[in-house]
Amino acid sequence: MMTFFIQLLNSIQYGFLLFLVASGLTLVFGIMGIINLAHGAFFMFGAYLVYWLTGVVDNYFVGILLGLPIMLVMGYVIERLAIARLYQRDHLYQVLLTYGLILILNELQKILWGSDFYSVPVPAVLDGSIALTETQAYPVYRLFISVVCMLVAAGMYVVIARTRLGMIIRAGSVNREMVQSLGININRFYAIVFSAGAALAAFAGMIGAPVSSVYPGMGDQILIISFVVVVIGGIGSVKGAFVGAMIIGLADTFGKVLIPDFASMAVYATMALILMWRPQGLFGRA
Amino acid sequence: MNTRASRLIRYFLISNLLLLVAFPWVGEHFYVGLVMNMMIFGILAMSLDLLIGYTGLVSLGHAAYYGLAGYLLAIISPESEAVSIWLALPFCILGTALAALIIGWFSVRTSGIYFIMITLAFAQMLFYYFNENTDLGGSDGIFIFFKPSVTLGSITLLDLDNHIVFYYFILVCMLLVYFLLRMLLASPFGQVIQGIRANENRTRALGYPTFYYKLVSFVIAGSIGGLAGFLEGMHGGIVSPGHLGWHESGLILMIVILGGMGTLYGPIMGAFAMIFLQDWFQEITVHWMLLMGVFVIAVVLFLPRGIAGLIEDLAAKLDKSVTDSNRPATQKNGESGDG
Amino acid sequence: MTAELILETRDLTRTFGALVAVDKVSLQFRRGQVHAIIGPNGAGKTTFINLLSSDIDTSFGSIHFNGQDITDLPPDKVSRLGIGRSYQKTNIFPEFSCLQNCWLGAQSRLPTSMRFVRPARLYDEVREHADKALRDCGLYQRRNTVAAHMSYGEQRQLEIGMMLATNPQLLLLDEPLAGMGQEESFEIIELLKKLAEDHTLILIEHDMDAVFSIAQQLTVMVNGQVLETGSVEQIRNSKAVHEAYLGEDEDES
Repeated sequence: MMTFFIQLLNSIQYGFLLFLVASGLTLVFGIMGIINLAHGAFFMFGAYLVYWLTGVVDNYFVGILLGLPIMLVMGYVIERLAIARLYQRDHLYQVLLTYGLILILNELQKILWGSDFYSVPVPAVLDGSIALTETQAYPVYRLFISVVCMLVAAGMYVVIARTRLGMIIRAGSVNREMVQSLGININRFYAIVFSAGAALAAFAGMIGAPVSSVYPGMGDQILIISFVVVVIGGIGSVKGAFVGAMIIGLADTFGKVLIPDFASMAVYATMALILMWRPQGLFGRA
Repeated sequence: MNTRASRLIRYFLISNLLLLVAFPWVGEHFYVGLVMNMMIFGILAMSLDLLIGYTGLVSLGHAAYYGLAGYLLAIISPESEAVSIWLALPFCILGTALAALIIGWFSVRTSGIYFIMITLAFAQMLFYYFNENTDLGGSDGIFIFFKPSVTLGSITLLDLDNHIVFYYFILVCMLLVYFLLRMLLASPFGQVIQGIRANENRTRALGYPTFYYKLVSFVIAGSIGGLAGFLEGMHGGIVSPGHLGWHESGLILMIVILGGMGTLYGPIMGAFAMIFLQDWFQEITVHWMLLMGVFVIAVVLFLPRGIAGLIEDLAAKLDKSVTDSNRPATQKNGESGDG
Repeated sequence: MTAELILETRDLTRTFGALVAVDKVSLQFRRGQVHAIIGPNGAGKTTFINLLSSDIDTSFGSIHFNGQDITDLPPDKVSRLGIGRSYQKTNIFPEFSCLQNCWLGAQSRLPTSMRFVRPARLYDEVREHADKALRDCGLYQRRNTVAAHMSYGEQRQLEIGMMLATNPQLLLLDEPLAGMGQEESFEIIELLKKLAEDHTLILIEHDMDAVFSIAQQLTVMVNGQVLETGSVEQIRNSKAVHEAYLGEDEDES
């Protein structure tokens, strides 16, 4: 029973991390109509940045604080230089261009940090565990991840539901022309959304780094899983991304327990089942 | 159809074909092998073009069929002797066709970005299946020790272990696929899928159950992708999860666009150009992926119609009398020549 | 009025969220007649046609074609039963030639197009139907022109030609004159008159002169509901219709 409870906590923690990545992906599609394969690379860069910066300044939290602005700028620059040329183009070309970006970003990662696996130590403050029974305990850091993600998710909710920026985001995901008619500088707005999405993905990579290692190709893996999340939830829906992330978190964690040999397939089987029932995803518009 | 520009393109293609036929007699062993690789990717890219360029379905999981056929070949090949091609080829192609049928059944009812994401996710599902299946070599992959034998009774018809024989075997396969697809595109079926690409709702309103046409197109494309995987399994002698991975799917997609989608000869040329570049970039630097990434972005931004687009523009410039195609109901790019 | 029924709707309803676009419409259409549906913008006319052709799903009620319930059939089956339609917003294959556009229409009457070997151009029966449709819609001379390169009016003609190529019994025409100049309108009206000789037409149109010159039956829709239906004479003399809709037109004519 306690093992089940621990697995459940793990699912939720993984689900929250996925949500941070997937929400950026789904927002960028919903608002800008862009399918961004390079989104996973932002996650990877976040993880490598925090590994590197933590080494430099010797403080994990300062590492995150220094890393986030770098990712915001990186997102902004990529949007202006490459993505901005794709708004009028077919999805096919968006897929290809962002595929080209992945090749570049993956190679940059290799040039900067090599092909080794790294680990980021859990910060001392959070390096403990809570005893659940006499023999089982749950690491504090994993709880910390869940709590931080919950705060970010709540923050996103407030921004989207309550602020002017959120109003534009909501309007934009329903009707792009409307945003233009509101007299908003659409270029800057898109760049902001894109770079915020990049920072969200990177942040997920940063706070996830101490529990998973930092390695080449980690971006590709999270990207595909995030796609599954977005497809399940309904493309463009943040609420869908949340529900989808939780479902995939559960499927992945319990897949590992129930069918350890083919755990990764559990996620895709879940997707297939949901799509059989609702081809447009749980919260997608038909 | 019979304009001089299209005839120019045809001559150009035929002369290229002649070069291909002559190549094994003049080229170095390594490069003959490389050209085999190019031709295999040509087959694979043509099959994807049937989906993207003619049916309007952008699949980002096409490597699944390519890799799956390789695994099927590995499964049916005994370790100590060659399997008969009469058994292995149908097994691999029917196996991939079945996989395409199942995956297509789910994905073809969606469109646009959903289709892209779902085909990708299914391909990854297969990737993880083989990646985690230690019986099939896990992430290292599995060897195919002997090429299938082509015998009739006790007579050996083709010795595929012979480098040159195998080269021509692949070349013939590529030509067969090319003409098979031309036949398909000119048939009533071909008219319908091209209608779907241009305007699916209207095609349905005209009385076509478009779902089934898309599904059949998907299965045909998957099966031909399977043929490419079968050849690659023989050629490389090993199949690994990387063959099914989404980087491979991205590469095929890139080949189709580089060559020019919506033509059949374009993807073949794209395959030759891409494999050549890959080989060249790898010689220049260990960070060749960086160059490849820049190249991919440059093609998307500056050469959206691909090599075929360049060739058609050039041919049209050489002959200004290009008029609208006179032939009714032919494929969209009626100008493309044979060979 | 005694001609047999070809199409009947019973309480046909379509809602979009809280909006009832088509509200319990029960109408009868008789073989060989031209039945026009008029009404202000937003009355639900196009939605009604979309329901008949199954382009959108019915929320409630039923549609019967030649006595068969076709409510839940997909649009391709509806088309194959002999209901052809044209769209208000031109809906053609822009990158195909006129012949290819009509070809796809004609080819859909083969028992199946799941034929993979013989080239399509060798199917003479398809060619005959496509050519006939091109002649009927007046585009035979333009058969090899790519649709996207033609004028708006010609594209509207092609829209009708594609529909004719499917050899329908019943034609659903959604504002065939939309956006056309006087000359072009005249040609289309003549075409519609010719088609009316051997087809049943259900026509949405704003041009009242055109409607009165072609239609025998008229239905007036307002807010998704049928305000009045009957012969052209009945509608001309209907007080309710005058008040709601026809008033100004009548003064002019």
